[in-house]
Amino acid sequence: MSIVYLLIPLGLVLVGIGLWAFFWAVGSGQFDDLDSPGWSVLSDDEATKRDAGPGSRTSDTEERE
Amino acid sequence: MTPAGPACFHCSEPIPAGIVIRARIDGRDEPVCCHGCRAVAEFIAGAGLGDYYRYRDAAAARADEMPRPDRWSAYDRPELVERLSAAEPGGARSMTVLLEGLRCSACGWLADKALRQQRGLLDVSVNPATARARLTWDPEVARLGDLLRVLEHVGLRPHPLAGDAAGQLAILERRTALKRLAVAGFGMMQVMMFAVPLYIGKSSGMDPGIRELLRLVSMLVSVPVALYAGWPFYEGAWQALRARGISMDVPVSIGIVLAFAASVWNALRGHGEVYFDSVTMFVFFLALGRYVEMIARHRSGSVADALARLAPVTARRIRAGLVEDVQAAELEPGDEILVRTGEVLAADGIVAEGTGRVDESMLTGESAAVAKEAGARVHAGTQNLGAPLRVRVSAVADRTVLAGIVALLERAQAERPRLARAADRAAAWFLGRILIGAAIVFAAWWFVDPSRAFSATLAVLVVTCPCALSLAMPAAIAAATSSLARRGVLVAHSDALETLAKADHVLWDKTGTLTRGLVRIEEIRPLAAVPEPACLELAAALERMSEHPIARAFIEPGASTTDATEVEVHAGLGVEGTVRGQRLRVGRPAFAGGLAPAQAAGHGFDGESWVCLGDSNGLVAAFRLTDQLRAEAVECVAELHRLGLESEIVSGDDEAAVARIAARSGIARFASRLEPDTKLARVKDLQATGAVVVAVGDGINDAPLLRGADVAIAMGRGSPLAQTSADLILVRDSLEEIPHAVAIARRTQRIVRQNLAWAIAYNLAALPLAAFGQVPPWLAAIGMSLSSVAVVLNAMRLSRDAGPGRGAGWTLRAPAEAA
Repeated sequence: MSIVYLLIPLGLVLVGIGLWAFFWAVGSGQFDDLDSPGWSVLSDDEATKRDAGPGSRTSDTEERE
Repeated sequence: MTPAGPACFHCSEPIPAGIVIRARIDGRDEPVCCHGCRAVAEFIAGAGLGDYYRYRDAAAARADEMPRPDRWSAYDRPELVERLSAAEPGGARSMTVLLEGLRCSACGWLADKALRQQRGLLDVSVNPATARARLTWDPEVARLGDLLRVLEHVGLRPHPLAGDAAGQLAILERRTALKRLAVAGFGMMQVMMFAVPLYIGKSSGMDPGIRELLRLVSMLVSVPVALYAGWPFYEGAWQALRARGISMDVPVSIGIVLAFAASVWNALRGHGEVYFDSVTMFVFFLALGRYVEMIARHRSGSVADALARLAPVTARRIRAGLVEDVQAAELEPGDEILVRTGEVLAADGIVAEGTGRVDESMLTGESAAVAKEAGARVHAGTQNLGAPLRVRVSAVADRTVLAGIVALLERAQAERPRLARAADRAAAWFLGRILIGAAIVFAAWWFVDPSRAFSATLAVLVVTCPCALSLAMPAAIAAATSSLARRGVLVAHSDALETLAKADHVLWDKTGTLTRGLVRIEEIRPLAAVPEPACLELAAALERMSEHPIARAFIEPGASTTDATEVEVHAGLGVEGTVRGQRLRVGRPAFAGGLAPAQAAGHGFDGESWVCLGDSNGLVAAFRLTDQLRAEAVECVAELHRLGLESEIVSGDDEAAVARIAARSGIARFASRLEPDTKLARVKDLQATGAVVVAVGDGINDAPLLRGADVAIAMGRGSPLAQTSADLILVRDSLEEIPHAVAIARRTQRIVRQNLAWAIAYNLAALPLAAFGQVPPWLAAIGMSLSSVAVVLNAMRLSRDAGPGRGAGWTLRAPAEAA
């Protein structure tokens, strides 16, 4: 049973990593909008539309606030 | 949606009888209620965005019937845009825009798609939760004005925000709340995992080393839960205590702190009970309830948002004879500004030149425009519907009347007096009982065995407090709040649910609440040998030239192609012009008869509800105008009556109009010609007799009524300021969910009471037995867990059978259904 002395701290470390990842995701705006990204998969013509305009530069590199 | 007729394809409002307007959508003809909705629907479909109608889960805002004068030309000027927007790398500009009418994620999708079709737009991110879009564009290619026009075309009215402090704050608050919730959730799961072996170990024996480890690790995990996730409750309790009051946070904090401190003490000294599982579960459910409430509050919009929607950010300043566009914040008292037809005033001032009509409904709730001449006071946030005005600015920014109202509401919201009172009673009741119980136990043990008095008292506090409070109330309220949100009822203050369950009176505002706030022609009385449709067509041709709210009533049914020439708009009286070579007047009866005073005399039509059409031979026709009762109002009033709530209308209108609506909606009691303060007095009178009053309103003039009532319900499309003082907001702008909200509130109360009864009964039975050593620990553990599970499951019943609402546009629309 002495294995639990290792497993429990290990579990805690994993929880810590999970929590850290969640904090990072929240901080980078992943949870700011939970609804609309779901709709984006339903539109398949995005690429062609965006390439159409000469002014459309690479918008994906723009950072969200 | 209603038996009254088909619903508008775009806004889902019932289409009034006699109106046949079709919009061409994807090769099919869809019925719409007005030309505004047709234009928006065809624009959306024409841009290849017809999917919006399939994915949306809330009806769109009703489009304005009349094309508004272009409000965005100021945003075409580069200098101004430069000052309002922020610089981005590569010479791009960015700006945050508040979108009025953004109701669901499909609306957000629509805005995103429509904008991305524009050249020069580099990036856009639409956030339906905060109703904001962040635009990044290339000023060389695109003009901000064009982007804003696109948004208006798809039915989302944009309001540019220069420096969006409120929005940033909301995002920050949401992120922090999510983090706290996550800490509580993760912590709760971990501690539960450690609690199970501890419980089992008690009965079957356990290695003391492992037991020690599990207890210490539980403590370690609980520390961030109690300190970080629980922090808002301590803060709230401290604030309440400093203000010499008791809020719900006080007993909650006492519960958390005592249970946590006792557990830490016992964990460190190595014997005695630990309650880390109770503590973490307690914090998690409380945090969950607060989170749901916060989301609802954000959706209902902040006071700052309301201000942004009402007052424009730009103005036209006249300096040395030249008109220049400036930021509203740059104006100073003494400046002169030009306010064109259809523009909203950016500052308070005095009319220096021009005769106009100003729509002050934002401030007064009065839908008819008020005539303004030189020397008259005008206020920021009101709209000029008449001729252009030159206004000498007297107050700007936070010194305007509008800003004063906003500040007042902000303070009222912060103080939340009504709410605190309701929470006080509940908290005092709980706290009182628990403390008395604990004191009795302490006293009893003091005489029996002083050494065990402290631990026994603590046990009573710890075990009763979290069980009764943590699960019974928050779980039920969280379930009810989210169930109502799915039906389109936002609960901005969850304490209101408790009061709503006890309500026995409903006070209704008339215009815009019981009625739709849109004037319609009810009766046409031809007075000469001209048939009805021709009368309507002639009147519509003239009214089309006017922007008066009444004009809308004519334009929709009489979609005439006839044009009027030589049109003169007489402020407050009516319109005069030549149609098909005939000089005509439409407007107040006396004015309309003015072309032939002798023949038109003695008609007997009063100016309150009649509009007349006249030519040089006397009156041609008379139109009786009324505001339409909402289709669902009758059923709603009857349903509320069945639930034991008496309805009463309080209105500022004249008696005849109120009596007519009262009779139609089946309300026996009504009061007319009331000012906002007399409306409030009516609430106070009712409350003095012991009644619990619900107020339903939509305008700023209802704000005192809403604030004075025990529960305030605001219409989703009413004034933003009315919404900020409301407890419940009807997002879908339909009354039909009110009886449902009352029913849910009552079921919530019932479930809370069942939960409390169960928790107390369990504790009363188990505590003494356990204290005297009659219950083996494993049985106590199972009983405790089952008790908690039962309470949570009971609360979940509220959200489970909520199901889809009755309103149209609520469920995902299948294409066939939408046809």
